[in-house]
Parts: sequence; structure tokens; C-alpha cells
Amino acid sequence: MTHQSAANTSVDAKAVCARHGFRPDALLEILHDVQHEAGFVPQAALPVIAEALNLSRADVHGVMSFYHDFKSQRQGKVVVTVCRAEACQSMGAFGMIESFLAKRGMKIGETSADGVLTVEATYCLGNCALAPAAMINGRLHGRMGAEKLETRVAEAAL
Amino acid sequence: MSTVIWVPKDSAAVSIGANDVAQALENESKKRGLDVVVKRNGSRGMFFLEPLVEVETANGRVAYGPVDVSDVGSLFEAAFEKGGAHRLSLGLTEDIPYLKNQERLTFARAGLADPLDLDSYISNGGFEGLRKAIASAPQAVVAEVLESGLRGRGGAGFPAGIKWKTVLEAQADQKYVACNADEGDSGTFADRMVMEGDPFCLIEGMAIAGLASGATEGYVYIRSEYPDAIKVMGAAVVLARRAGWLGQNVGGSGKAFDIHIRRGAGAYICGEESSMLESLEGKRGLVRAKPPIPALKGLFGKPTVVNNVLTLASVPIILAKGAAFYKNFGMGRSRGTLAFQLAGNIKNGGLVEKAFGVTIRDLIETFGGGTLSGRPFRAAQIGGPLGAYVSADMLDLPMDYEALAAANAMVGHGGIVVFDDSVDMAEMARFAFEFCAIESCGKCTPCRVGAVRGKETMDKILAGDNVASNVALIEDLCELMTDGSLCAMGGLTPMPVMSALRLFPQDFDRAPNLAAE
Repeated sequence: MTHQSAANTSVDAKAVCARHGFRPDALLEILHDVQHEAGFVPQAALPVIAEALNLSRADVHGVMSFYHDFKSQRQGKVVVTVCRAEACQSMGAFGMIESFLAKRGMKIGETSADGVLTVEATYCLGNCALAPAAMINGRLHGRMGAEKLETRVAEAAL
Repeated sequence: MSTVIWVPKDSAAVSIGANDVAQALENESKKRGLDVVVKRNGSRGMFFLEPLVEVETANGRVAYGPVDVSDVGSLFEAAFEKGGAHRLSLGLTEDIPYLKNQERLTFARAGLADPLDLDSYISNGGFEGLRKAIASAPQAVVAEVLESGLRGRGGAGFPAGIKWKTVLEAQADQKYVACNADEGDSGTFADRMVMEGDPFCLIEGMAIAGLASGATEGYVYIRSEYPDAIKVMGAAVVLARRAGWLGQNVGGSGKAFDIHIRRGAGAYICGEESSMLESLEGKRGLVRAKPPIPALKGLFGKPTVVNNVLTLASVPIILAKGAAFYKNFGMGRSRGTLAFQLAGNIKNGGLVEKAFGVTIRDLIETFGGGTLSGRPFRAAQIGGPLGAYVSADMLDLPMDYEALAAANAMVGHGGIVVFDDSVDMAEMARFAFEFCAIESCGKCTPCRVGAVRGKETMDKILAGDNVASNVALIEDLCELMTDGSLCAMGGLTPMPVMSALRLFPQDFDRAPNLAAE
């Protein structure tokens, strides 16, 4: 797919580790930085990080796979993170999410075939007084509804 | 002199357009050639009025809200920059009943100024607590916190002073302060408000904890879902360090204390203190068995003060005004104030800081104005996704750790999520298990397996399959999870489940789903 070939998937994981002083306790920060640079955490980066921090590959893989944030595959151009927690449920989040997904034949955690859209679920964005909430490409939105979600996603896709 | 207009940059305010409003105000005032400066403050916590625009006048700050970009023209036509009357006028900010009827101690500075303006922090009482701590012996600071009755605001309610005393008395070459800013519970945003709106207050509280316990390094573990809080805290730490409030010689005390900001990575369980410590060490967030307690063997195996954001942010005022002042608020063994967070299906959602003892009804009805949908109230979940649901006949209970515990509920961190009569409580019970299954760290079996089995069994109940025996199975499973889980994740998941079952049994009484057969 074009979005993958066009993007830079190589990341100097060792340099990232150096920025964090090769501290094993900074592993989450390192994985965040690698993901920020490459768009996801490439499999090839794991042994590099393991060696730089003097950890086993299993340790690094274990951490990477434990945390929901770290993605082993490229995300869409637009990443929509919808909140499924109680406060948003009380304001109809489930209905909104279901109609958004059904319209596209997608499931939570999937990226659309054209690589444009990824839909993720989260459990609380801390915007519970303005539910339902969603985050689109790192930007928080409140008082969402089916229509507003469509509008904001369309804006982000431009 | 220029007229100053305040527009919050709190992420909740921005989530409904505060940045656009600020930009529009600037453009429009330029177009009209007015001498207006648009400044950005933290939120006052009245999210139902956001974006809340405030104008500085001779009489005080006058508020307008909620302001939409489309209102900007008419606001200027009404000469709002001079406090002129407008459809959105709310009068003086401090006279808005929602705010006026609160007892703001921890949140006294919320929304007053630019969160990163160190001078205004100091002129509004900042660092008075730290100055007192510097002038006192560590034992005296610990005694003051103990005397204030301050209990952990993260939910568990453990006396903060006892933790501090344990760390102070522990012998070690290195001690730490670890601030839990992994505010993952639905219905909570108070930690976020502190970090985005009054970051120096948290820094001050951590520095006091450091001096009092003998810790020289502090970590703030902030969830990745809060990118703005991470940015503001990071910037505030740099500013505080530059001004000498952190570093080798904290406020001229001759003692060292510095703070590192660490990002979480989307794991709810890392809000559990021992899981957070593992995560801070760069590991999977697996819960640790206790003992040893973190106060003796915490971060990197060293004695560690682990406190929630609000606990630490409440310390400066306790030191500044004295334990007696703080203790004077509250009831029973619940002393001081709690930042209640009104969330979900509620008309006036936001932060209400009140002394313990305020009733649930006062919070939901007087402050909250009832449901946003306008439909009848049915249930509220108090204290996060691991907290109990309460029904309409429980609303006169006072918000007090012991009173709620006696009613099989919990105060937790004071988050309140309101549901109207369209809620299906059996679905909510199912969700509690589903959430636990998704977020369990997997270390102990009751939580890891119990959550999955609970969800499956709830699915059967929802389908009307052998309801009576499956409900009995849920009860049995909940007892096992409560007694056998390693931490509050598995141990408290039964709270929402059992409260839903106890208070709303009719929702579980399903007829067999014929269509599915």
C-alpha cells in the first residue's frame, strides 16, 4: 500500500536509547519515541533496543505487548480513539461508536483497507463532564455525537 | 491599560472549542481596534459553561459562557470587554453559585491565571507551604500532615501521614516520591485539572513530601491519554528548577529534590500503585504482592512515598494554613475537602470541591442540576469503574468514607457518573467484567480468569439462559474475586456488579431470548 511504502519505517532505535542515557527504566519512553518517529514500533527495533539497554529481547517484547499504546503495525492517517467508559456510555457512546463502525464495516482496533482510518477504543479520556469524548490524532473532542464525529473525522482526513 | 480577557486552555475547554473562541476574540478585537489582550488560564472546573470567557473589570472578573465562535461578534456589540450585558452573561465569576457554594482549598487557584506563570502562582499563595516545610524539621512536617487527617485521594483513603512517617523512618541511601497521575477511572478529571491548571501546586506538594521523607527524587507517572498535562507538567518542572524550587538547593533549604516526568502507555492497571512502580522501572505493569509495602520497598526497591496527584496537591495548603485549618472541614474520619467530579449524564458537569459530608443529592441535584437528558435519574456510579452503583433512595447519604462503606459503596476519588432511566444495569454489570478482562494485568487467577468467566456468565443472563443459577454463579464468583485477588482491580470489580444486582435485580430477570435460539 502506498502509505506504507511512502513512509519512513527505519528508525535509529539505538540513538533513541542514547537520548535516554541507555536507562532500562526509560523503556516506555524509548518505545514512545520510536513509535513517534516510525509511526509504530517496528519489529526490527526490538533487538536493537534490547541490546542497547542490556535487556533480553523477551523483556522488550513483553513490555511492548503489555501496553495498549504500542502498535506493531502502521496506523491510519486518521486515528480515532473513542471512549467506551461508563461516563461516555451514559451519554450514548456505544450507539455512536457502533454506527460509525457499521457504516465502514470496521471493528475496533482495525485500520481501513485504504490506510486512511484507524479506530481504537480507550477507557476514559478525562473529559467525563463533556461526554461522549473522542480523540482524533491526539486532539481531544467533547460532547460528540454521531454527526459531529463524522464531521471531525472528515476534517482530520483532509 | 489593555483589557484582559481570559479563555481557558484546559483540554476539556479546548475539546469544545476554546482555542477557536480565543482566536476569534483576538481577531475581532483587532478588527475593531480595541486594546484587548486575550490570555489563557486553566479551567474553573465548570465544564458545562465552557468555553467560559472572563473579562477583567474594575469590579472583578465577569464571566460569559458557554461561548461559541458565532457569539463573538454579538459579545463585542454588547461591549462585553467592559462587562456589558449579554445573553451569555453570568455576572461576576466568583458569584456564580456553582463556584461560590464550593469550598475550594486544593483548587483555590484553579482558573485564576496562566498555569505556567510562576509569579502569579507565588502571588496567589504559592510556595507558602514549602517555605514552612523548609523552616521545619521533617518530623514536624510529617506530624502536620498526619494531624490534618489527609487520606489518600486516589481512592483507597489511606492516611497520607502514615505513609510519609514510614518512609521518613526507613533507613536507605536513596528514597523516592512517586506521584500517581495515571487517572484512568471514568468520571475523573481532577488530577488532569491540577496538572494542566495549577502544575506548580503539585510540584510544591511533591517537594514538601521529598523534604519531609528524605527523598531526593520524584517521579510523576502521567497517563499518555493526557498529552496536555504531560506538556504543562514538563514545562512547569523546568521553570520551577530554573527558579530554584527544584534541584540541589530547594528554595534555599540546602536540600535536594528534583522531579522527572514519565509517560504511561495506556494500561489502566498502572494506576494501581505497585503496577505503577513496575512501569516506572520500565517493566510490564504487573501488580506486586504486598508486603513489602512501597513505603519500605518501592521504586527500584527503595522506600517510596506513593501518593495520588490530589493528595500531594492538598499538602501545600495544609502546611501553609496549618493542620487545624484543614481538619476543620469534613466529618468523622473524613477530614478536609474532596474534589467531587460530576460526570456522565448530568446537566452541570464539572468539579465541585466540598468538605466531606455533603450529600450525594446535593452534588447531583443542587450542583449538577440532574440529568442532562432530562429523563429521571436511575443510578450513579461513585468512585470509578470499580466503585458501586447507588440508587435514587441512597442519595441522602453523606460523602464520607465510612458512611458509604457502611452502605456497601465507596467514596473512592469522588468521581460521580450519573445515568438516567434508560440504563440497563445488567449491561453495566457485564461491562464491569469486560473492562476487568481487558485491563487485568493477568498476574493473579481470580482477576484474570474471573473477569472472563464473569463476562461469559453475564452474557448468558442477558440472553435469559438459566438466569437464577447463573446469578448464583455470579455471586459466588464475585465473592471469590473479592477475597482472592491480588489488588483492587479484581478485588473491587465485584463492587459495581454486586451493587447493580442488589439494587436493580429486575434488570437481571431476563426472559429467554427466543430469537437467538
